[in-house]
Amino acid sequence: MTPENQPSLPSAAWKPRIVAFFCNWCTYTAADLAGVSRMKHAANLRVIRLMCSGRVDPQFIVDALAKGADAVLIGGCHPNDCHYAEGNYKCLRRYQMLQRLLADMGIEPERLRLEWISAAEGEKVKRVVNEMVETVTKLGPLGLPQKFAQWDEEMEHFAEHVAAGEAAADGGCTEHGTKTQPLETAHA
Amino acid sequence: MKPIVPRKYEPVRIGFYICHCGTNIAGMVDVEAVAKYVATLPNVAVSRNYKYMCSDPGQELIQQDIRENRLNRVVVAACSPLLHERTFRKAIEAGGLNPYYFQMVNIREHDAWVHTDRGEATRKAMALARAAIQRVPHHKPLEVKKVAIHPNVLIVGGGIGGIHAALTLANAGKMVYLVEKEPTIGGHMAKFDKTFPTLDCAMCVLSPKMAAVGSHPNIHLWTYSEVAKVDGYVGNFKVTVRRKPRYILEDLCTGCQECVNACVYKEPKFLDEFNLGLGKRKPVFLPFPQAVPPVTMIDPEVCLNFKRGKNPDGSHVVSDKCKKTCVEACGDRKAIDFKQTQEIKEITVGTIIMATGFQIFDAKRVPYYGYGVYPNVYNALEIERLINASGPTEGELVLRNGQVPKKVAIVHCVGSRDENTNRWCSRVCCLYSLKLAHLIQEHTDAEVYNFYIDMRTPGKSMEEFYNRVAEEGMHLIRGRVADVYPDPNDGTTGRLVVQAEDTLTNKILKIPVDMVVLSVGLEPHPEAESLRRMFNLSCSSEGWFLERHPKLAPVNTFTDGIFLAGCCQGPKDIPDTVAQAGAAAAEAFSLIDKGHIEQEPNTAYILDDCSGCKSCIPLCPYTAISFAEDTKKAIINEALCKGCGTCVASCPSGSIVQNLFEDEEIFSEIDGMLATMPGE
Repeated sequence: MTPENQPSLPSAAWKPRIVAFFCNWCTYTAADLAGVSRMKHAANLRVIRLMCSGRVDPQFIVDALAKGADAVLIGGCHPNDCHYAEGNYKCLRRYQMLQRLLADMGIEPERLRLEWISAAEGEKVKRVVNEMVETVTKLGPLGLPQKFAQWDEEMEHFAEHVAAGEAAADGGCTEHGTKTQPLETAHA
Repeated sequence: MKPIVPRKYEPVRIGFYICHCGTNIAGMVDVEAVAKYVATLPNVAVSRNYKYMCSDPGQELIQQDIRENRLNRVVVAACSPLLHERTFRKAIEAGGLNPYYFQMVNIREHDAWVHTDRGEATRKAMALARAAIQRVPHHKPLEVKKVAIHPNVLIVGGGIGGIHAALTLANAGKMVYLVEKEPTIGGHMAKFDKTFPTLDCAMCVLSPKMAAVGSHPNIHLWTYSEVAKVDGYVGNFKVTVRRKPRYILEDLCTGCQECVNACVYKEPKFLDEFNLGLGKRKPVFLPFPQAVPPVTMIDPEVCLNFKRGKNPDGSHVVSDKCKKTCVEACGDRKAIDFKQTQEIKEITVGTIIMATGFQIFDAKRVPYYGYGVYPNVYNALEIERLINASGPTEGELVLRNGQVPKKVAIVHCVGSRDENTNRWCSRVCCLYSLKLAHLIQEHTDAEVYNFYIDMRTPGKSMEEFYNRVAEEGMHLIRGRVADVYPDPNDGTTGRLVVQAEDTLTNKILKIPVDMVVLSVGLEPHPEAESLRRMFNLSCSSEGWFLERHPKLAPVNTFTDGIFLAGCCQGPKDIPDTVAQAGAAAAEAFSLIDKGHIEQEPNTAYILDDCSGCKSCIPLCPYTAISFAEDTKKAIINEALCKGCGTCVASCPSGSIVQNLFEDEEIFSEIDGMLATMPGE
């Protein structure tokens, strides 16, 4: 990660960051319509344009969350209206699978949302964005990059201890004197 | 200008441009701050802000930088890519760089126009710009995809719109297939008596065009036919047309109608569809006198020579129980063939024009007007047939009991502008109501009452038409009709009372009339839903076929190569239908004349890593992926691939790549937009 990507602890001024995958023909156009109609909504959404919601690879969603997104929104055409006939159905299947996966990982279900938004529904874009920002604000930051950094730190610390434990066999843990003792009691 | 050839392993040099768009963007986003921020990012060689990037000087700025700064990537942060991606790609191409080394950032429709906090809007712009800066180094020098266009055209629907488009294209030398569901072309216009505002006789204007279609060497006129299947893509549509049997051989029938005269049924007995059930016909009949093609047809449901009931495939079985006086009368021409079966035709066309028209609102859905219950309530189309000289009453406006009405009420907005039925205004009803009022007064000297909500008469000469007919003595009452019920004082003649509030005088009126005419609105064709699935078109929420853009592309659809003409796109009058049909013909002609269409090179291809698991193959809605037996790997047919990316997302080994939307490109966008921005 570049220096700018180094996670900082979420401050009191934390605002949710939501990554959105919008399909070109319906949802992206609807978002444009919301723009043309000057429908003001929350500024927390960052849109990635794809040709079809069927292009949304579950890896994208997981990657977004891992890189610091607090939630992900997928937008596609209404069932039966996909510009490519069936892509949105494939997206729906992947979404349902992903929901279970994320639940197993302990990530709240409200952090992944799938919406069918047609090209004429600028109003819906505004409503969905505002709703989602409100919901995620209440949930708080997901903070996966911070968690990863924390785990990395703990692993480093643990690695040091293991190394120290081995050294203790030869001459003692550097932090706790020369007597060998189990790590648990040393850190009790 | 010699194109710049990038040196091998040349480092990525990005030119970043943020547009003020006047104050549209600069009013909310601090464009200078964004440009400054982007200049600090890796690979950025140039970072500028400018007032109007899409203008000539704006584009020249990019071109100059490409030359002088050896740029090999360009990012423009401005309006929506749906608006100007093409503009900038062309500008870059003119500057010597591959047009696909470009990424556009939407900071107007998705940012400046929808947010209220400058700080947030600016940070968002920075994040989105960074996403593009991280994405664009992965872009590849793609070539635009060229698809050849077959010169033949299919026009679905033979009303005035389809007819006009067909003639325009056929006159230009193109081969046109005009497919019409009914046994004759003419559509709804053939049923009208006179048309507003000129009060031209509809058939007088229409039949020369119909005749021209019938005799045109470049038009294959297939009536009583339906499109069964559409495959393929723009430039290369494979269409299957089903020609239904009329039991008359079109090529041999001369339209003399001797068969009709000779039919064993001496009197017409069956409800005539063209006259909306107000008249009668025989089992063998000519749909209407000016039908094109001028060929009779036999109704197998009532003709004595057929058994009742259909075979499973829809065909009818000959019972041979009739004397077949029609065959006798036809004589040497031998045009009657009871054994005729449906014909399946397969054609290849490059472009398609949809001109399938509309249906009128079914007035039974507003039961308080009594349509279908009280015999003296009619809809406007039925009145057109009654006052038409070639209609069931030969132009006499009479009630079902034969009496001439002395008082007629015309109820506007039946089914339209109503939350309970259809919300839209059907555009033509006020005008045709005024027209009918004028014609009714002319035919019968009756007193006519028009009940309207608003008088909507847009269009050239329409206001003048309104003024002219309004001065002829008709009553114009501003108020919705609440109820139509039998006159309690008159139980014998079927007189009705129309109850409405006159909102201009604040009085409730109860007017006894002899005839009520319901000005029914226009609705999407009942088969619009199944048609659009066949052709892969979008519909608006109301059911009209969806145009690509209401202002900039009103006759195009989201499916390349398919165009719209007439009421199938939305209610409109005849002048607008004809104009739109001409526009659709021009669009089709433009594609055909160019000979090819350029498509976004966003197709997918399969890498050698493919393990042959076949997961992707059933997913493609265009059957573009097949399994190559020799290599035991999947392979994508580039011509069929439409670039949806569904297969890409499904590949378990990541062996499918979509041009313009590669995994690496998306991952870098995600990474870029989640970086911490200054001030966060």
